[in-house]
Amino acid sequence: MSVMATTGRRWYAKPAGVIVSMVVPVAAVLLWWFASLDSTSPFFPSLQAILSAFQETWLFTRVGSDVVPSLGRMLAGYGIAVVVGVGLGILFGRFPLLHRAFNPALQFCRALPATALVPVSIVLMGIGTAPKVALIAFVTVFPVMLNTIDGVRAVDEVLEDVSRSFRLTRLQRVFHVQLPAAAPQIVSGMRIALSVSFVLMVVTELVAATDGIGYVTLQAQQSFQVPQMWAGMLLLGILGVLFNGAFVLLERRLLRWYSHD
Amino acid sequence: MLSVEHLKKSYPHSGGSLEVLRDISFTVEAGEFVTIVGPSGAGKTTLLRCLAGLLPRSGGSVTLTTSGRVVDSPPPEIACVFQDYSRSLMPWSKVGRNVEIPLKNKIRERGKRHEQVERALREVDLDGFADSYPWQLSGGMQQRVAIARALAYRPEFLIMDEPFASVDAQTRADLEDLILRVRHDAGLTIVLVTHDIDEAVYLGDRVVVMSGRPTTVVDTVTVDLPRPRSQIATKALPRFAELRTEVLKLITRDGAEVTA
Ligand SMILES: Nc1ncnc2c1ncn2[C@@H]1O[C@H](COP(=O)(O)OP(=O)(O)OP(=O)(O)O)[C@@H](O)[C@H]1O
Ligand SMILES: [Mg+2]
Repeated sequence: MSVMATTGRRWYAKPAGVIVSMVVPVAAVLLWWFASLDSTSPFFPSLQAILSAFQETWLFTRVGSDVVPSLGRMLAGYGIAVVVGVGLGILFGRFPLLHRAFNPALQFCRALPATALVPVSIVLMGIGTAPKVALIAFVTVFPVMLNTIDGVRAVDEVLEDVSRSFRLTRLQRVFHVQLPAAAPQIVSGMRIALSVSFVLMVVTELVAATDGIGYVTLQAQQSFQVPQMWAGMLLLGILGVLFNGAFVLLERRLLRWYSHD
Repeated sequence: MLSVEHLKKSYPHSGGSLEVLRDISFTVEAGEFVTIVGPSGAGKTTLLRCLAGLLPRSGGSVTLTTSGRVVDSPPPEIACVFQDYSRSLMPWSKVGRNVEIPLKNKIRERGKRHEQVERALREVDLDGFADSYPWQLSGGMQQRVAIARALAYRPEFLIMDEPFASVDAQTRADLEDLILRVRHDAGLTIVLVTHDIDEAVYLGDRVVVMSGRPTTVVDTVTVDLPRPRSQIATKALPRFAELRTEVLKLITRDGAEVTA
């Protein structure tokens, strides 16, 4: 990161910066509130109606029954994808021949549109938790794995010399050199995988599901409870922002060394 | 003792091959400080990588005569300091950890390991910097970290590839004296390559002069300057001037240009 960006971050941390960045959202909410205040349209209910639907549905009646299962499946799938993706990425990155052998199959699997795999996962694994987690993991493993392969391959040859000359073991080289060197790429793969897994969390709940945020929102739409549907959107938006924020914090911790100059 | 006999190295190069080292032979006695001077692109890095067991040879042999071991892979007796400190340190690890990681297989006990790390950092005057990141330090300090890492490893042989090429003149002189001091304290055997004739003469017991590519050994010059050496007194000796002229002649006879 450049010096400009660093001073920029400091500037944002100042109260004045916080206020500036709040102006647009607050204005948007106020505009929405007043413009929709006496809305009679069944499709665009008032913000007031949406908020009360939100409170009724998500605070906290359906947290245990739907939000937790949704997020649980997403994080399980994402977690599996990260572990498997990094593991396979290191393996393929270090053994080009192996990568060559598997690459056509990997490219084929990666090219399959995620949404088209939803019915396939149901046929193969039924309608419970397993097919949803498996699908999220299957699809999001690719960005993690491919970025890990690139990162591991790009380890500086001088550092390779250093680790060989000081006779580090294979495992030490993975943990002290290859993984940290590839961390910037791995993290950017993880960032893509996180947003994809969030999308898939909802998508897997739109077909043959019995709970989840996506399920509840779809039910609301199908039973003409439009405010509830909008409330679902609101919740998804808030969750998305929270995930992003959490990820930025994680990234800063993992890559402190990377953003120095 | 380290013995290099008829070492050859070619790289595959657009269909054919690029002959870099044609025929290199020399020996390094235990406790000796041998400097190798050669023009840019002569294959100095290539030579050191062969000596350290990091690069397969195309011919000839490199032998550690004390153990009778042929150097085909990096041996535990050798530690290296690389040309480019900014690439040889791990930027994600703090200084202390950079020095410690190579010791993990040598010293199992953590407390002892940390002691050795601290001692090595003290030897290069970096005590107190264990918790800094390498990129928070100046270039000269970073190269001192790389030297501390090699010292902590307690090698018999220290192999250095133009270790002072990318720092300013004053830092360079300081680092040269630092190497002379730790070498004296630790009783190390050192092989150092450089393209700088003054440095080669100032540091070495012997100077191996290499030609330009395809590289051979032109001659070896014994440096009969008294020790301990000093940047001012040693470099003012008439003998110093004679020796550097002698080396310079050997190099220019070969037709290559070198920074004198
Ligand atoms: N891995 C490699 N593959 C192919 N050619 C190489 C390789 N490494 C070095 N060379 C070539 O070998 C020659 C010698 O390179 P080397 O780096 O050993 O020289 P050097 O004397 O250390 O140079 P410098 O003074 O710039 O450090 C150069 O022409 C270089 O292009
Ligand atoms: Mg070199």
